[in-house]
Amino acid sequence: MTAALLTLADSRLPAGGHTHSGGVEQAIAAGVVHDPATLTAFLRRRLHTAGAVAAGLAAAATALSSSGRHRGQVPFPVALSPASCSSGESPAPASSELVAALLSLDAEADARTPSPALRAASRQQGRGLVRVGRRAWPSPVWDALPERPHSPLALGVAAAVAGLTPRDAAAAAAYLSVSGPATAAQRLLAMDPLAVAALTARLAPEIDEVATADGVPAAADPLLDLLAEVHAARKDRFFAS
Amino acid sequence: MPPDHNLDDYVDAPAPHRHSPEGRPGPLRIGLGGPVGSGKTALAAALCRTLGPEYDLAVVTNDIYTTEDADFLRRNAVLPDDRIEAVQTGCCPHTAIRDDITANLDAVELLEARHPGLELVLVESGGDNLTASFSYGLVDVQVFVIDVAGGDKVPRKGGPGVTAADLLVVNKTDLAPLVGADLGVMRRDADAVRGGRPTLLVSLREDPSAAAVADWVREQIRARSVQPA
Repeated sequence: MTAALLTLADSRLPAGGHTHSGGVEQAIAAGVVHDPATLTAFLRRRLHTAGAVAAGLAAAATALSSSGRHRGQVPFPVALSPASCSSGESPAPASSELVAALLSLDAEADARTPSPALRAASRQQGRGLVRVGRRAWPSPVWDALPERPHSPLALGVAAAVAGLTPRDAAAAAAYLSVSGPATAAQRLLAMDPLAVAALTARLAPEIDEVATADGVPAAADPLLDLLAEVHAARKDRFFAS
Repeated sequence: MPPDHNLDDYVDAPAPHRHSPEGRPGPLRIGLGGPVGSGKTALAAALCRTLGPEYDLAVVTNDIYTTEDADFLRRNAVLPDDRIEAVQTGCCPHTAIRDDITANLDAVELLEARHPGLELVLVESGGDNLTASFSYGLVDVQVFVIDVAGGDKVPRKGGPGVTAADLLVVNKTDLAPLVGADLGVMRRDADAVRGGRPTLLVSLREDPSAAAVADWVREQIRARSVQPA
């Protein structure tokens, strides 16, 4: 299953990630990020808030979307009723229970994303992921997602239909929460790509830690919310978020 | 390879060339690419003016920075606001039209949803260099726009835009005498590298309707409508 996970976390997967900076563009404009040290601090902060939430949501979505095997791993507060958890062939068909459960999880994501700009950015990336995921891993499970799901939900479903586990989905979500913004900073500040690669690599143990945490945290970062709102109002921006 | 061997004996015969392998429904999508300042936006505006009365059309712009091109189209009232979508390309205009076309597909889908009868979508790339080209997952055909002022060596230098675009437009022919460019050389060099694909030498300043390019676009729309679905 490793290759499927690598595919999912590959920045070359054409899901639109390259047009989002994860707040870095505005952090640079605000002077918060300007060198490798401040970028590391920003990425770490993002990992433990937005990254942790995304990892939890992605894992939950994978657990919901997989048949029997991983359903016991569905964290609070979304779980299918015991009757609907009867094991079947993977992937599970798009039952109405799954539709309702994913919709509920999507609302959980909304509740954890106070910034309207970040909600829109997440749904835009979710839509992109669904588009490529449907082609890469065809499955009726995709039909259970809303049309523009939050990005971690799309990632979680992609992981499920690719035969991955909730932990894999969390790992991809946690990794992507720093890899995308790191690349954006590299482009915007013309940073040394080796320095950016090195600081991202040094975050690996923390990324793993976030990816293996239980449940869906509600870790918020008002700084990221504010940066996103100011950014969305700008006309002179390179990135969608 | 030994001289008595033929490469064709080792490979399957090429499938007939078709840009939309899945017979994509919806409007014809035309990519407009080319270097900065060659006249992509001017061409998009000209085509909107000329073809707007004939076809249900819309435009996606890919500015590198700001919404300059979208604003230009709006300001000149070439198209109503709801027929123009601008996408951000994350500092990588080339990636957004070739390697990861997601943002542009989103914009096209949005326009299609808003205008169900849409027949033509022009996707204008951000100004790039001679290596820029559109993915055929995003567009059905593509036009590469260069200009005479960039020097008459450009066609000879080649690059995927010049050699492989479905139509090469050499704009600003009116400037040729001023910059010492030889239009005959540009025509000859372009023909030499384009394998029979068409090249049009135009001056959008002298002909703001872009009549010749509009004719080519009409032909593409006709050709597509007779293709088996």
